Amino acid sequence: MEKYITTPLTKEKTKDLKSGDYVYITGTIYTARDAAHKKMDESLQKNENLPIEIEGNIIYYMGPSPAREGRAIGSAGPTTASRMDKYAPKLLDLGLMGMIGKGKRTEEVREAIIRNQAVYFAAVGGAGALLSKCIKKSEVVAYDELGTEAIRRLEVENFPVIVVIDKDGNNLYETSILKYCK
Amino acid sequence: MIGERVEKGRIVMRVINCSEIIKNIKEMCIEANHFLSEDMKKAFELAVKEEESPLGKQILNQLEENLAIAGEEMIPICQDTGMAVIFVKIGQEVYIEGGNLTDSINEGVRQGYTEGFLRKSVVGDPILRENTKDNTPAVIHYEIVSGDSIEITVAPKGFGSENMSRVFMLKPADGIEGVKNAVLTAVKDAGPNACPPMVVGVGIGGTFEKCALLAKKALTREVGSHSNIAYVKELECELLEKINNLGIGPGGLGGRKTAFAVNVETYPTHIAGLPVAVNICCHVNRHITRVL
Repeated sequence: MEKYITTPLTKEKTKDLKSGDYVYITGTIYTARDAAHKKMDESLQKNENLPIEIEGNIIYYMGPSPAREGRAIGSAGPTTASRMDKYAPKLLDLGLMGMIGKGKRTEEVREAIIRNQAVYFAAVGGAGALLSKCIKKSEVVAYDELGTEAIRRLEVENFPVIVVIDKDGNNLYETSILKYCK
Repeated sequence: MIGERVEKGRIVMRVINCSEIIKNIKEMCIEANHFLSEDMKKAFELAVKEEESPLGKQILNQLEENLAIAGEEMIPICQDTGMAVIFVKIGQEVYIEGGNLTDSINEGVRQGYTEGFLRKSVVGDPILRENTKDNTPAVIHYEIVSGDSIEITVAPKGFGSENMSRVFMLKPADGIEGVKNAVLTAVKDAGPNACPPMVVGVGIGGTFEKCALLAKKALTREVGSHSNIAYVKELECELLEKINNLGIGPGGLGGRKTAFAVNVETYPTHIAGLPVAVNICCHVNRHITRVL
């Protein structure tokens, strides 16, 4: 089913998102990938504050190519989510409500999604030029020294994603394959 | 600047200046990241027609639209503009002047990735992980061949699919069935992570590193082409069918089109071994070749 949602996410909103739904997201989301997650994790271990508000937010696993003049961002598709699996459960327990990436997640992440009524979305991998058109604004908000891996605040409009793991733990990667495997 | 080196009135070497290398590498890095080759475009058209899953079809349509936007607006096809893998075949009658060849190739990569608004994805040390900020160094494979020209292939390689690639040191007794199992295992494990539809490069034989190089080279072979060796061609067709029956589909979200092609390259090997490498490439299978 096609659905339209706005950020921030709440349990009320994730309640209606089912594995396999095609969802258009509008609002603010944050980017973070390997190096930013490592830094956030180090901050948490030292009991320091995170550089962004996690509660109710969505993290997009993405590191863009540089923007040409007059554009908000360069190519901006998802990166493989499993590299963030080590850090995701902790962030979910802190209130993170959504993740956008591509590819499989561990059982620990799936359990943390269920525990927190959160959701894992996939964006189409390798469609970075197309997806960049839905990003209206991009601003580095933390870890500028990491270059493409810095944390960015994005304003997105009808950003297309697919619900892979919903709040009940249903996993589209597992269910959809069965239909077409011979 | 390309010229000739003459000794006693006879042309002995063709002279290629490093500035030509830099200029061409720079242009190829930019071109490869914005335009796919014709064989890949045809593969997409065919896949859209044949895909049975509605969501799979929708994803393939988006990927075609993505390619159109990339070319028209000069936005890289994928934000992961890769580590620059470069194959260089140097004719032994070529004299390179004006600098060091490897430095010139890296300078071309530096200029291409900086001036072409491509992502800098290379860290200078695998453990310390500080970004080199210009996407250098490239991974360069040299080969000396006969002739008086240089053939350069630039193949920027993204790591979503690179991370899912494998080397299997099989036993001779495992035979061709062992090879098939190895390829299917790698593809199954890769699933949605490698951004299917994939191109699967397979290297069989040689040594540990040789089979990996063969697999990488196989990815630069035209999609839709086949090996000249009869059993290898059969293997390519059979593996493609088996992979497409896994059900992984476009984006890993279910469907028929899990791979566009399986390209297999072979090499003689040792009596005690059967090395097999599977190098997986996502649907953004970038490679471009020029001859200087």
